[in-house]
Amino acid sequence: MQQAGKFSSLLQILFLAMSFLVYQPLANASKEEAFNVGEMIMHHIKDAHEWHVAGEGKESISLYLPVILHDNGFKCFSSKHFYHGKESQVPSSDSTAYHYLEGVGPAKGYALYHEKIYKLDQIGTANGQPVYNLKFHGEHPHNAMPTDLSITKNVASLIFGSLLILIIMLSVARFYKRNGAVAPKGLAKFFEPIIVMVRDDIAKANIDQHKYHKYVPYLLTIFFFIWINNMLGLIPILPGGANLTGNITITLFLAVCTLLVTVLSGNKNYWGHIFWMPGIPVPMKIFMIPIELIGILTKPFALMIRLFANITAGHIIVLALISIIFINKNIAWAGLSVPMALFISVLEILVAFLQGFLFAMLSALFIGAAVEEAHH
Amino acid sequence: MDLILPDFGLLVWTGIVFCLLFFLLVKFAWKPILSAVNTREQKIAEALDLAEKTKAEMQALKAENDQILKAARAERDQILKEAKEAANSMVEEAKGKAKDEAAKLVEAARHNINSEKAAAMAELKNHIASLSLEIAEKVVRQELSADEKQKALASQLAGEIKMN
Repeated sequence: MQQAGKFSSLLQILFLAMSFLVYQPLANASKEEAFNVGEMIMHHIKDAHEWHVAGEGKESISLYLPVILHDNGFKCFSSKHFYHGKESQVPSSDSTAYHYLEGVGPAKGYALYHEKIYKLDQIGTANGQPVYNLKFHGEHPHNAMPTDLSITKNVASLIFGSLLILIIMLSVARFYKRNGAVAPKGLAKFFEPIIVMVRDDIAKANIDQHKYHKYVPYLLTIFFFIWINNMLGLIPILPGGANLTGNITITLFLAVCTLLVTVLSGNKNYWGHIFWMPGIPVPMKIFMIPIELIGILTKPFALMIRLFANITAGHIIVLALISIIFINKNIAWAGLSVPMALFISVLEILVAFLQGFLFAMLSALFIGAAVEEAHH
Repeated sequence: MDLILPDFGLLVWTGIVFCLLFFLLVKFAWKPILSAVNTREQKIAEALDLAEKTKAEMQALKAENDQILKAARAERDQILKEAKEAANSMVEEAKGKAKDEAAKLVEAARHNINSEKAAAMAELKNHIASLSLEIAEKVVRQELSADEKQKALASQLAGEIKMN
């Protein structure tokens, strides 16, 4: 009964979010160019300097995030100075124009094009004000790029997700501190089986009995980091909705962590199998060295791609299904698109857990192979 | 294309946030949680062990009790049997004694009867003899004159009478 209630409230939220999306684009559709599904989806799954809630252009409801640039010293200002800045354009080779946002106020001299910040070249002055230009070379601007250390949507989501994990786990830890080793209650009751699952089914099952203890904290951290952030990504509105775990930078970082843990834990047996594979003829041993060396990298590379592709694909499918309404410009299509998007969303809840589990599982497998003792 | 290209700023932030998260979690969450869970698991394992041991002990105790009970029962049976045997033998003995006594009594009675009978017979004989004598005397007085001859004759005659 309670679950049914939760479900219907989830539906309500979805419909609300939908109605936000529906009104603005439909109203603007007539005066603007045709709705571009691909562009909209790409915009949603990529990083941004604002956390968009609803609306379009300067009337949109949005959380403007701080921009931090390193360009002859640090510069810090709100991304509002871009989004509420000057809309400029440069004619392109094929009759269309490249639209970009020129910064105003503290953002003067910088431009935002496809969520990347470029340094503008001064081409002259008009009325005592400098005039800037963004030079295009093919599809990409030719201008220099300052080091962008902004709190982007993904960084904000990362911080929020990490705080959430920290709050959850600290309160779970506090329960044990207060009550000692008793049967868990509340939050601890929910999370303990998952923690025990990571310890037993992921770490203990794949890593040597006497060595797995050392790796449990790492595996727990990556599992909960991926799972919680995956779940946050499924929430369609602010604190959620960022495609964090579907961002190649995050998955790259996590994969590199696993690579480092694996390589640094590698024992004599592990390196022996890589540089001098036992049990095969000498020419084959030499032949196997580069293959094994590439193998060290392909394993975490697969981790990186798997997480990135799965989560990004989930976001794309949901957005594409919702887009059916806007492509057909008729809200009646919601009857088809909403149930399908809901189905995929529920499936994504499973995928969110599964991808976290898989990442931790495979990491444990690689670590287990690296610390395995020779047995002949 | 930039969808699959890592972003430097995000990478830096990810590194900072993830490492901070990792160290905070390890120090303040994973260690206390895992140690609490381990302690509890150990406690449960110990409790289960103890329960198993207690169960085994109980079984041993029960077996011992059964043994004792069995022995007690056997002893009781033995005692009962012995008592029964003793009673039986006593009854048998009493019966035997009674029979003997009865036999003795009967024997004594028979003996008495016989002796009484003999005495009675002797008396009867005497009586008969005297009666016969009287009769004979009366008969013979009328027929015989001499007393001596007549007495001898009468005795001879009485001796000839066989008691049947």
